[in-house]
Amino acid sequence: MTATTRTPAEIAAWAEQLYYDLDFAAPRAWKERTGGSAIGFMPVYAPREIVHAAGALPVGIVGAGDWLEVIRGDAFYQSYLCHIPRSTIDLAETGRLDFLDGMLFPSTCDVIRNLSGMWQLLRPGAYVRYVDVPQNYVKGVGGTFWEHELRALARELGELTGTPVTDERLRASTALYDDNRRAVRELYALRRDEPERAPTSEVYLVLRAGHVLDVATHTALVREYVAAARAATPPALDNARVVVCGAFCEQPPLGLIKTIERSGCFVVDDDLLLVSRWFSRDVGAAGDPFAALSRAFLEDTVPTAVMYAAEAGRGKALVQRVRAARAEGVIFAAPSFCIPALLDQPMLAAELDREGIPYTAFKYAENTGQFHPIREQTGTFADTMKLWSVA
Amino acid sequence: MSTIPPPTRLNPAAQQRDDAEKDRSMVRQKELIAAYYERLAQAPERGEKTVATFVPGNLAELIQCFDLVPILPEINALQSGMRKRSGGFITEAERLGHSEDVCTYVKCDIGMLHGGNIGPTGAPLPTPDLLLLSYTGCFTFMKWFELLREECDRPSVMLQVPYQARGEITPEMKAYVVRQLESEVIPALEKLSGVRFDIDRLREKLELSRRAEDDLVAVLESAKNRPSPIDAYFGGVYYIGPIFTAFRGTEEGCEYYRLLRDEVAQRVNAMRGPTTPEGEVTDERFRLVVEGPPNWTDFREFWKMFYDEGAVVVASTYTKVGGLYDRGFRHDPADPLGSLAEYCLGCYTNLSLPKRVELISDYVREYGADGFLINSVKSCASFSAGQLLILREVEKRTGRAGAFIESDLVDPRYFSAANIKNRIESYLQMVEQKRASGVTS
Repeated sequence: MTATTRTPAEIAAWAEQLYYDLDFAAPRAWKERTGGSAIGFMPVYAPREIVHAAGALPVGIVGAGDWLEVIRGDAFYQSYLCHIPRSTIDLAETGRLDFLDGMLFPSTCDVIRNLSGMWQLLRPGAYVRYVDVPQNYVKGVGGTFWEHELRALARELGELTGTPVTDERLRASTALYDDNRRAVRELYALRRDEPERAPTSEVYLVLRAGHVLDVATHTALVREYVAAARAATPPALDNARVVVCGAFCEQPPLGLIKTIERSGCFVVDDDLLLVSRWFSRDVGAAGDPFAALSRAFLEDTVPTAVMYAAEAGRGKALVQRVRAARAEGVIFAAPSFCIPALLDQPMLAAELDREGIPYTAFKYAENTGQFHPIREQTGTFADTMKLWSVA
Repeated sequence: MSTIPPPTRLNPAAQQRDDAEKDRSMVRQKELIAAYYERLAQAPERGEKTVATFVPGNLAELIQCFDLVPILPEINALQSGMRKRSGGFITEAERLGHSEDVCTYVKCDIGMLHGGNIGPTGAPLPTPDLLLLSYTGCFTFMKWFELLREECDRPSVMLQVPYQARGEITPEMKAYVVRQLESEVIPALEKLSGVRFDIDRLREKLELSRRAEDDLVAVLESAKNRPSPIDAYFGGVYYIGPIFTAFRGTEEGCEYYRLLRDEVAQRVNAMRGPTTPEGEVTDERFRLVVEGPPNWTDFREFWKMFYDEGAVVVASTYTKVGGLYDRGFRHDPADPLGSLAEYCLGCYTNLSLPKRVELISDYVREYGADGFLINSVKSCASFSAGQLLILREVEKRTGRAGAFIESDLVDPRYFSAANIKNRIESYLQMVEQKRASGVTS
């Protein structure tokens, strides 16, 4: 990378190579270079700081998109289950994930939960841990449980890698991830304020690169992109400003993101790759680092369908996001058979109705290949907002 | 079906009657469930408060300690399914914007609510005063009560039950559940009811639970006999009805299970087969283990596909969603909250996939099964995700062939009778042929 000379498009093109690389050359190279371990994690949230503090590279595994013909994985799943587990199984069964020294399965939904058991059956002896996040947000209740889970994960990873997770190491790792989250927030603020400078098809690739790069390298990449985007002179566009909601686990294909943009939308907020901005504030590097991570989880986790809402008004957070992003409408884009997203949607839609915020909805799979109907739908939605919105 | 003689294998005398003679326990079970719905319908006018909660990880004894009446949305949905009313409710929910991809129990419940909340017996159900979200083994539960809370404008209290990902209950898991009971659930129930928590009252109820659980296990394990006196899946869902709903921890529950146990013991002594809606199975030809919930919309037709072929289910996993009593768990009056926590943690859907494989394999061996069948329901990812791997693993470990069919819980659109019947018949034919040729796998 030459940090000062690349254009935003060139940076995105570089990140796109990582995106399409299903052989995971970047994390394999990292392992070879450092002699460290690599630990995979699935959506939506995993405490990457702890993996890093154990001297390992956290590697985000979010399926295989639309450029792998899933054959073996389909033999493990019925037609009425989502696509991400079948492509993940396919990646594993074809040896593409052999470089991983372990795998974390967060408590995102029952499908990912059960995949943790399938991993145990299919890969006997492999390190597998189910990351059971708290749905109780009281410090002495859910917080105590979560802190114990974090410490147990740290202990096991330390034993696996040979690098114990000391408080000092975890503080240093947390500081690196706080810096990364700040950089990502800058990126998202830029896109929100000047979306023509930072199209989501590029922002997404830059963000996604963080799933296979070392955190410090990724932070530098994000900042390089932000600087380059600020320096660029993109053409002005009169697009509709939208929030994309529901795509937090199985990822839409890049072509679908481009389709939304080409149909006349600026995506000014989204829930793609949520792990990269899970906390709304810095975790902080002072004091007990496990307690700090636990506190951040209880207090600063961004609202999402996979986390329990202790109070009614499930859709209020989305309305706030719409307002904060000065969005004109919402596109519900959920993977087919995504239980959290699809069960959440009626509650969110009801709140949008109450607030008079327009929305449209469609479903996708990570290997969706037909974008024309979606372009028609989102294009009509954008036109409608532009032509008929009272705002 | 050249190798399997034509149906049926039922007691002809029983078949001649319009409705087969019912055992006393069957009549009593119906009375109990009817009385429960009656009490529920009358709760508002009697001044009784109600608590909505789920079957797996339910806190029946604790709820009773506060004189509260449980509402069980899953039971309402399955009862609506059996009464052919769920299809309309689901359509209504989908018209309101609920996805065709999600759990039909949820949509049945939402549709029922929008249709005036008329329960399966035709009597109106009260709006719950509290939503007690026992989050055990099913992610959908969480979203279900979030949805219900938006609809009903009632408070909710969450009991998160950690998942047994490594097939064990750790002290930290148990402590977390107990802490939630102490600091969240009990205070919420006290506040709702105005009744102060009395741990000795809870102990008394847990003792009643333990007694009923002993009897239930004896009933379930009677299927190890040849012939099996019970069908542990289709008949089993009737047997678990009281203990999975409002009658765990009650005198009525104890009496029912004692009665049932005695009847089953008599059947064992007389070497009689299971009772079915059309009479008694007199020629047990296949002994099967079944994994997964039943289809409710066409329950009798589904069952008939089995008993017409002389296939008896000797063990099932669905009858363990409300507690794995046959593996030794009992509610313990000496450790009231701890034992409630262990109960919640130990329900079948909270087990890891390797543990589920182990359990099903053990059932096949312990109950001398000829094979096993997985009924994979579209609605329930908690059950269904991974079942194709379970199929392979159990076949590998037991040397018995497995069958795989697909249906749904309460969506009649997903029950294809001809396809399912064809698969079952083909499967049993294969089992028969392998048995005849001395091949076990």
